[in-house]
Amino acid sequence: MSNYSIAWRIGLLLLLATIGPSALAEQKVHIYNWNDYFAEDTLSGFEQRTGIRAVLDVYDSNEVLEAKLLAGSSGYDVVFPTARPFAARHIDAGLYLALNKDQLPGLDRLDPAIMESLADIDPGNAHLVPYMWGTSGLGINVDKVEAALGADAPRDTWALIFDPDNAAKLSGCGISLLDDPTEVFSAALAYLGKDPNSLEQADLDAAAAVLQAVHPHIRYFHSSQYQSDLANGDLCVAHGYSGDVLQAQTRAEEAGNDVDVAYVIPREGAALWTDVMAIPADAPNPDAAHAFIAYLLDPEVIAEASNYVFYANPNLAARAHLDPSLRDDPGIYPPDSVKARLFVPTERDDREIRRLNRLFTRVKVGR
Amino acid sequence: MTPMSASGLPRIARVRRLGRLLNIGVPYLWIGLFFLLPFVIVLRIGIAEPALAQPPYTALWQWVDSGLLEIRISLQNFSLVLEDDLYLAALLGSLQVASVCTLLCLVIGYPMAYAIATAPVRWRVPLLLLVVLPFWTSFLIRVYAWIGILKSNGLLNNFLIWLGLIDEPLQILHTQLAVYIGVVYAYLPFMILPLYANLTRLDRGLLEAAADLGCRPLRAFRKITLPLSLPGIVAGSMLVFIPVVGEFVIPDLLGGPESLMIGKVLWMEFFSNKDWPLAAALATLLLALLLVPFVLMQRLEQRLQSDDDAARP
Repeated sequence: MSNYSIAWRIGLLLLLATIGPSALAEQKVHIYNWNDYFAEDTLSGFEQRTGIRAVLDVYDSNEVLEAKLLAGSSGYDVVFPTARPFAARHIDAGLYLALNKDQLPGLDRLDPAIMESLADIDPGNAHLVPYMWGTSGLGINVDKVEAALGADAPRDTWALIFDPDNAAKLSGCGISLLDDPTEVFSAALAYLGKDPNSLEQADLDAAAAVLQAVHPHIRYFHSSQYQSDLANGDLCVAHGYSGDVLQAQTRAEEAGNDVDVAYVIPREGAALWTDVMAIPADAPNPDAAHAFIAYLLDPEVIAEASNYVFYANPNLAARAHLDPSLRDDPGIYPPDSVKARLFVPTERDDREIRRLNRLFTRVKVGR
Repeated sequence: MTPMSASGLPRIARVRRLGRLLNIGVPYLWIGLFFLLPFVIVLRIGIAEPALAQPPYTALWQWVDSGLLEIRISLQNFSLVLEDDLYLAALLGSLQVASVCTLLCLVIGYPMAYAIATAPVRWRVPLLLLVVLPFWTSFLIRVYAWIGILKSNGLLNNFLIWLGLIDEPLQILHTQLAVYIGVVYAYLPFMILPLYANLTRLDRGLLEAAADLGCRPLRAFRKITLPLSLPGIVAGSMLVFIPVVGEFVIPDLLGGPESLMIGKVLWMEFFSNKDWPLAAALATLLLALLLVPFVLMQRLEQRLQSDDDAARP
């Protein structure tokens, strides 16, 4: 009997020892971010500085994030949606907490032009803090594309994947498209020379026809898989996000496998997007969330992250800490002549989104 | 009668009745809590309309001023699912994958189960352990491992190139073939285990008697082993067929754009399209459809049972 009670007491002590510090004393911030969107030491640096434990979970599409937020009680404290059309819709649906700007002292370091550009979807910049921005273009395996299409074939064009002749020649070494209705349709519309944000039925049908024609040559629709496949040489052309393609380029260089990856912004135009930080209205720990956003407003921290993920950040004070190669890369900070060709996704209403999604579902399965 | 027994008997009867009630009630409570209640919730979402809100569908009822209760029921989702041939195609795709894979599992799994069941007793447990051992690793990791094996510069292709059988890597990953490989790999144990359980109980004496009477082994297998193992075949096939119809992970990771399966369509409706009502309607119809093989199996089992009873003197 006494043995029993001793064992019981030891068990209780052990239990308290393990759950005590973590559950009772320690604060946590739950972060839901895109895959490969922090530097390796971003989270550990935050933990050291604040003593708050950072728990990271990742997604690879805005749709998945939105689905979790709409389901409610997601349990996340900080999320990173794309400003348009997603964060704009989320603000309308009341999904985000109004920020307490007293807790975010570094806000004034952000580029006023970018803050201004967000003010129409978020009046007074009340809910959103811009994190990074980039473009959606093409990642290509230079040698394989040259071998398939010839050395003179132009590469800075959507025709690389949307022209059936090119697609047929490239299908052997692999073409991938983003698993995202807005991205894929605006790219196809840009290829056709139409307004990339068009919702005219005739335009969408034309874009769907383009996609259907090249469907047999598409290896997969995925929003993150292409990064490692490009780096390994398993893909020839990937429709992807600028920084993810440039990360693939670096991974290939590091691996020394003679895979030469390049990022191009097609001449017909490409989507320019800004990802923002926001705090869900039902966040369990909004104070820790503010602390985390404030940490990412630190110029050195965000510059370190940009150097690692190859996306541009809106922090003016961070410019001095960026790698010069990053600052001069036209794929990351495009020159004005290229910037003029970029377009910004517009907001759509529920019915239009449903229509586009259904069309995309059909396109994806090739019917 | 003594006073004690007079007051004792009804109490015992009451306790017995309560016990019986509990006995019957627990399974019903289980079904109600874990099947009927979730089903009603899904059905209720299926008759709502999608909305950009939290949760992403409209309310079933709301009080209009002056105490009027307004109930909104939309059957549009069900009609959309039935009209749009995409869902039918996805369902047929799933049924095709499930049937082919069930057959493949049976063809591969039956000899394996038979070999284990007829192996020396001391070998049986280690052999069974080998079948079950992969379950100690996460299902997801095992499917990911197949990506490494099947991809263009993966194990299989490099091996075949090294052998000199092929010059160019075969494109297996992201095709329907990869889905079949992955599904058969993942579900084979579910076929082997019930078959093994059935085959070990087989009375060897029947086969010896057949041999004594001059029956060749192949004929004895066809006339004795196969019919007697029918319940094992049915159970194994159900365990493979039903989960494979709703399989999502394997077609998503190994399949390509053309591998259209209902599980993937459901995921797309929930997560990409945020169309919970449509997804709920689809799930309801899928459940109704999956009930059919269950009912058929029950019928078959009943018939086998009555055949058994009839055969007995």
